[in-house]
Amino acid sequence: MAVAAGRAKSTPRVEARGVGLRAGTVTAIFLVASMLVGFLVGPVHIGFESIVGSALSHLPFLHVHQPLGSVDRAVLWQLRAPRVVLAALVGGMLATAGSAYQGVFRNPLADPYLLGVAGGAGLGATLAIVYGATASGPRWTVPLAAFAGAIAAVVATYALGRSAGTVRMTGALVLAGVTVATFTTAVQTFVQQQHTDVLQNIYSWLLGGFSTSTWSDVTLCLPYIAVSSVVLVLHRRVLDVLSLGDDEAASLGVNVGRARLAIVIAATLGTAAAVAVSGLIAFVGIIVPHTIRLLVSTSYRAVVPLSLVAGAGFLVLTDVLARSVLSPAELPIGVVTAFFGAPFFAVVLRTSRNIR
Amino acid sequence: MIETRDLWVRFGPVAAVRELTVTIGEGEWVSLIGPNGAGKTSALRAIAGLVAYEGAVELDGRDGRGLGRRERARLVAFVPQKPETPAELTVAEYVLLGRTPHIPYLGSEGRSDRAAAQRALRRLDLEDFAERHLNSLSGGELQRAVLARALAQEARILLLDEPTTSLDLGRQQLVLELVDELRRDGLTVVSTLHDLTLAGQYAERLVLLDGGSVVAEGAPSDVLSAANLAAHYGANVRVVEEDGAVFVVPTRA
Repeated sequence: MAVAAGRAKSTPRVEARGVGLRAGTVTAIFLVASMLVGFLVGPVHIGFESIVGSALSHLPFLHVHQPLGSVDRAVLWQLRAPRVVLAALVGGMLATAGSAYQGVFRNPLADPYLLGVAGGAGLGATLAIVYGATASGPRWTVPLAAFAGAIAAVVATYALGRSAGTVRMTGALVLAGVTVATFTTAVQTFVQQQHTDVLQNIYSWLLGGFSTSTWSDVTLCLPYIAVSSVVLVLHRRVLDVLSLGDDEAASLGVNVGRARLAIVIAATLGTAAAVAVSGLIAFVGIIVPHTIRLLVSTSYRAVVPLSLVAGAGFLVLTDVLARSVLSPAELPIGVVTAFFGAPFFAVVLRTSRNIR
Repeated sequence: MIETRDLWVRFGPVAAVRELTVTIGEGEWVSLIGPNGAGKTSALRAIAGLVAYEGAVELDGRDGRGLGRRERARLVAFVPQKPETPAELTVAEYVLLGRTPHIPYLGSEGRSDRAAAQRALRRLDLEDFAERHLNSLSGGELQRAVLARALAQEARILLLDEPTTSLDLGRQQLVLELVDELRRDGLTVVSTLHDLTLAGQYAERLVLLDGGSVVAEGAPSDVLSAANLAAHYGANVRVVEEDGAVFVVPTRA
């Protein structure tokens, strides 16, 4: 009783802030609203009520009448829906992976491509487009090659970084990542210049986008993205501990090397899967986590889960812009994210100078 | 209780600590002193298990090598010379990170962890600071927050690497008084200290290291002799003893 009375006088909040009710609600609403916009916007007008009705008609036992004709239904469920869902998955994944990389490398400017994912995926996709994928071939040759290239590049980076010693592991890894990225990009450019006939295809893959997204892309990347984001969200507190530095994290009983490896593997697998189905989409992994840091909290308990949700909403909206600004032509989504990302990046650079 | 036997720490061909054998009793405060590069920090880090070593480190009668990381972290709290204090974390969040060895790897804090953090905050008079961001604290307040994080770890051994660096004279005394109170609560404290007068006033026993080896050990008045300090620090000092306290005053030759 005495304890309770003492507490009532002044109860300081001895707890981690985490996501918080307000930020969580706002971010969730942002995602739902973005997806709704994604479903509504397009050259064929399909109203809100028709979308809801059509969705409900798929559910058993409700006996809702399908309000849409077969063409509208196909537009909605075979063109727009997979596109919106895929953009959400990829955006959430890139933002979450970006926040995790920033935590592991304690570098605010780290992005999911830091360890060579982009260069490796680009090389894999280019090789597949040049040598493998013909119009008659299976349409997921390119994603699989991109995925394999991304993983191979990160494995090479890790092997190179490790050989430089474990004492300055994070610094060595970043340098190794730059090395591998530069090399794979050089090879990719060389192969591309040898085959100018498919330059257009390679170029449009590199810039990224969802203009050809189908449900099979969703099923291709969903398992990796689901597992990866669950693992990363579970590591949110560990990321806070790692922000104390290797020594202090170790003195708190954390196996720093293993924690870092688990986080890097999860982030890399998810990023590689995302890149495989969408190409290289720049800046999402930096803009979204930093916006959360500026608006909510720098604790990874908030940054990781909120990046997942906000990143999903952000990329869905960006994709809407990419397909509607010059409609019926499409802007590459990488151009849209970079258009917003570059000025934002400048702001982050200016403010992070104060931190360190 | 801490016991090291024939402890060596090597960095490649260089031995930072040689044949260190010390026993530190429960509730004792021992300070490692010595010139720059004498091996003080390496010895502390070996006890904390943060660096590979040869020889034996026993903590509470158990071989350090047989302890898991988390188990060791529940026995030993280590405060480095320059702790990382992420600017935007609140004091409460920072202190809660001290509970890590008590929380499952992917888990989060429970009620008992919040209670332990609260006790640590209260012990260091930081309750009003719980929701302040770390970058809004002064140097002295920050050092108290760091101590609170170590205290929240509820380890019985506290290792402090230069806990008074970058504090003014008053804050240095304040922090050392706090550590002394914690020691009287039953903590075993091993620190490194540059300020020999402070080291002599707070630690019960000093271990003077030079080139990685113990060159003198014992009560402050025995270890802090002008001859010792001239031989191992290359320093000209006058040692004044008054009311049982030892004052080391640098002088010009």
